[in-house]
Order: sequence, then structure tokens, then C-alpha cells
Amino acid sequence: MSKIISFPHLGDYYIPISEFLKRTTKATIKPSPPITKKTIALGAKYAPDTVCLPFKYNLGNFLESLEGGANILFTAGGGCRYRYYAEVTETILRDLGYNFEFHSLVTKGKINFKNIYQDFKKINPNLKLTTFIHSGLYTLIFIWDMDKIDTIIRKNIGFEQTPNTHINLKKKMLNAFKNTNSIFKLTFLYFRYKHLFKKIPINKPNNCLKVAIIGELYTAMEPFSTYFLEKELASMNIEIKRYTNLSYLLWQKKFKTKHMLKKTKKYCKYTLGADGLDNVYRTLDLINKKYDGIIHTKPFGCTPEVGAIPIIQKICKEYEMPIIFLSYDTETSNEGIKTRLEAFYDLLNIRRNKK
Amino acid sequence: MWLNFFKYLGYKTIISPISNKKILENGTKIANDEACLALKMYLGHVLELKNRCDYILVPRLYSIKKNEQVCTNFNCLYDLTKNLIDANIINYNIDLNTRKNSLLAYLNLGEILGESYIKSYRAYNYAKNKSLSNRKQKEIIQLANLKTNNIKILLAGHPYNLYDDLIGKTIIKYLNENNISIIYSDGIDHTIIDSECEKLSTDIHWTHSKEVMASINYYHDKVDGIIIISSFPCGPDSLSIELVNHKIKDIPLITLIFEDLNSETGIITRLESFIDILRNIKEQQNVQNN
Repeated sequence: MSKIISFPHLGDYYIPISEFLKRTTKATIKPSPPITKKTIALGAKYAPDTVCLPFKYNLGNFLESLEGGANILFTAGGGCRYRYYAEVTETILRDLGYNFEFHSLVTKGKINFKNIYQDFKKINPNLKLTTFIHSGLYTLIFIWDMDKIDTIIRKNIGFEQTPNTHINLKKKMLNAFKNTNSIFKLTFLYFRYKHLFKKIPINKPNNCLKVAIIGELYTAMEPFSTYFLEKELASMNIEIKRYTNLSYLLWQKKFKTKHMLKKTKKYCKYTLGADGLDNVYRTLDLINKKYDGIIHTKPFGCTPEVGAIPIIQKICKEYEMPIIFLSYDTETSNEGIKTRLEAFYDLLNIRRNKK
Repeated sequence: MWLNFFKYLGYKTIISPISNKKILENGTKIANDEACLALKMYLGHVLELKNRCDYILVPRLYSIKKNEQVCTNFNCLYDLTKNLIDANIINYNIDLNTRKNSLLAYLNLGEILGESYIKSYRAYNYAKNKSLSNRKQKEIIQLANLKTNNIKILLAGHPYNLYDDLIGKTIIKYLNENNISIIYSDGIDHTIIDSECEKLSTDIHWTHSKEVMASINYYHDKVDGIIIISSFPCGPDSLSIELVNHKIKDIPLITLIFEDLNSETGIITRLESFIDILRNIKEQQNVQNN
């Protein structure tokens, strides 16, 4: 029986992840179908009621993958409740009668490359260690380059002269990235595309509104779970900064924690769990950088954020920084979010004009 | 643990009163809407102590057993309380991940109060031994309770939920009034928690959840029914209870989730029907045995 591997969605990261899996396992890679309202409904039906949104999305993804013929599923874990998703997801899926192999990239909350390599060898016994290491490095650099370009896109996408230029160029870039084997060529392509992105004609006024998106990591990274938040903001001509991306989570966060504790000393003595402290730090950073407003996104009931939010509210009140808190669940509607964003935009404009 | 530690050092201690609706209301006002009932209750309790003492003790926990974690609400407990409530707060931090164990924590606490390390060390040992012997007492009583002929129910949940007067105690009161013996999840022999929990779930990493799971696995063939108690919306419980429901099928089991809306009648109704079911099963068993 042919091996068909699948995994849940996280924005555009399915492209580097698919490449990595393709090169190391030599199996057919079929990422789960794009997330739709049906996916969410499916996930919500079989997931426990009070679990956070990412679990329901992931479960929906897995169910659609299995229906699409996948027989090997990949997942990860770590941080908050996410660390425990794997075992509960597997239990639910097997009790529904599905047969599959289940692999987690994270064991006991830690990424252990040796374990991952042994795991992959079970799928592809011919996997060589050099291939694994090279593909791994390639993927990490791919993700890093993607994230750096994303920062540029988010800054400018609201002001592009011709609609969809940025998105189309990004599609081209990701295609080019995945079709090369050499890390040299990948780096060359990155610089080439970075230059092309910077050359896209934009109409940016000198003092445009600057808004940052902070909050829980999944709702910040998965476009559908935030209902295309950035696209909405882009259509209001706002420059966006978004903090959490995969590069940050995978290797930058560890080194920043000490620095963050130092900068948030007045408010926090300890870390607050998962990204709690990161968000308090970002709030202070954005106030320093004189941003116009902050949007905080999270799923309903996200425990670490629930601890951080009162502290963030206190800081924003003290420094008079406009902030809006969006809490997503399976019933959150596009229209509701849009209305709140429009009101927020009006507020920011009024404040700007006052100055 | 705390009372004994401070008693040894000669400090006077007061505890906040038992939970009541006013305390919960006060806590709910300052907490985030989506905070769990237990956290709202805790903030209410801290508010009760404000202006009634020189220091309020608020611990901060990250990991209290090796390779395990506690709920993230404990991670932010101190910082949250400090930012929301204007009071003199002292705290300690236990995080086995970064080798800050409980001994260091209590030595630091003593230091804040101006005590010498030696005295703090002795106070810590005194309190810890008392704490351990209390636990052992509880475990022994529980073993005896298992031998009764009454209907036995395992009451499983995080200890701060089980013994809160607005949460677990309402259930305990009802069960006692109905002559039902209660086995508590935090009365399990603490040396078998890891091995028992593993039989049900291998990946779970929250200390309180592990105790609940271990007790469910250990007692499920020794009691007549299981009641799981949880605060809404509990992060760890949202997943662990789901797993238990999938894996434990051979014994009547209900989950009672407490929110801050006064849903006590709803809970009691479900409890009444649950007890009726258990009574029926027990009667049938007795008939069969005779």
C-alpha cells in the first residue's frame, strides 16, 4: 500500500514542510485540503467542547486528510496545551475507526533530532543521515527566508498600486524556492526576490497608520483562523507588523526570553506561560516605537493569554495605547470582526487627526 | 505547608474565609472574562485579605515535579495578582525545569522576611514533614474507606476545585447526606501516580491532571461510580477529560463543570439521577449475589 503523508495547515508553511517530507520520506505528500467552514464544523463536531480553537482546526484538517486517503499523519506539539494535542487527537481519530500511522515531531515537549530521524527511517528505510540533515537545514532556511519576506509584504501590501502584486510575486517565489535543491541557490533566490519585492510600486504616505498584531501564535499564523485579518487591515491602508512566525518560535524565542524579562521588569517578574510574556514585551516595545494601535488575537479560553491580557490592558491604559482584543471561536463571523476593525480604524484616525 | 512554615518561624498567619458568592463576584470583576472559575475565585480571596495583613503570600509555580508542568495560570499567578491588586505581596517560585526546587523557594521566602537560611531550612523541613505525614494519613484513611459496603464514588479533580466551598464541597455535602462513601483523587498513594497515569495516558504533563488520571485508572475497578469536577473553562481538563471519556467505558462516569453562573440546581439534578443509577446497579448486584 502506497504511503500518503498528510499534516494540518499553518498558513503557507505547508510548502516548506511538504518539501521536507517529500525529500526525506520519498512518499506521496498530500497536505490537508485548504481550511473551509466545513473543516471547522467537522473539527468542532468531534473535538471536546471546551478545547481551544487550534485543536478543532487541526482535527478538521486530519479528518479531511484521512477522507482524502492519507495513511500517515504528522503533528507537532509544545508550548501550552498544544503539547498534549497529539495523544488526544490520535485517540479520537482511532475511536472513529480510522487506520493510520501517527508521528509527532515533538516528544515530551522537546524536539529531539535523533528521535525524529529514527522515526523517519521507519517510513523510509533508505533515508541517509546526510540527506536528512541537508533537507532539514534547507527547510529551516526556507522558513526563515519566507518569514523575512513576509515582514516586507506586510509592511507594504496595504499600499500596492496594482492589487495582488505582492501575493502573485510571493507565489512565484515559493515555487522557485521549492524547486531548487541547493542551499546556495536558495539564498541567491532569496536576495533576488527580496530586491523584486522592494521594487514593487507602492503609494505609501509618509505618516501612515501603523498597527501591530500580537497574541496567541496559531491565530496569528493561520490566515483563515483570523479571518484574513491582515487582508482586511491591508484594505484600510494600514502598515502591519506581526510578531509570531515560525522562525521566532523555532529558534529566536529561546534567546529573547532573558531580554524580555528585563524589559518587562516593572510589570512581570516571571514568564507567564507560552507566549504570555512575549505579548507583554511586545506591547511595551510597540508603545516605545510609537505605533498607532494594537490588535490582540487569541482563541476563546486560551489560558496563557488570559493571564497576560489584564497586564497588557493595564499597560495600554497607562500609556493611552488603543488596543482591541479579538477572541476567536468556531462561531466567530467575518462580519463581526470587520465591524470591530472599522470602528477601531475610525478611532485610530481620530486620534491621529487630533495630534 | 504554609501555615506550618510560618508557625515555626513565629509569624502570625490568617487565611481568607471559605469561598462565598461575594468573594467570587469580587474576583470575577477584576479577572478576564475567560479566566477559569478557580482563578476568579483566587483573585477574590486575595482581595479579601487586602488591608488585613502585612504580607499576602502568592506562590508562582511552573514545574513542581520533574519533567512535568502545572497549568499556565500558576505561571502568571504572582504577576497577575501584583498588577491587579494593590497590596504587599510576597512570593516564591518553584520551577524544576530551571532547577528552582521547593527548598530554594522557601529559603528565598525566609530571606525576604529577614530570617537566616538555617532557620528557614529548619522551618521548611518541619513543614514538609508535617505535609507528608498529612498526606500519608489521608492515604491510609482512604484505603480503609474502600472496604465499606456503601456506594463508593471516586471524586476526581484538581484539589483546589475539590475542596472549594462553592465547587467541590457542594458535591461532598450532597454525597455525605446521601450516605455515599467518597474516595478522593488526591488521596491516592502518591508513589504510584506515575505508573497508574501511564496506563491511561503516556503524554500528559500536567501534575494535577496526572494525579486525576492515576486515581481514575487505579480506582475505577474499586468504586461504583466516578464524578469528575472541573472549573470552566479549564485548559488541561478540556483535553484530559476527553481522553478519560474515550478510555474508561466500564464504569458510570459523569463530569460536572462549574461556571460562575449560579447553576447549582442543574448540577444537583444531574447528581441526583447519577446516584439513582448507581443505587439501581448496586441493588441489582446485591440481588444477583443473593
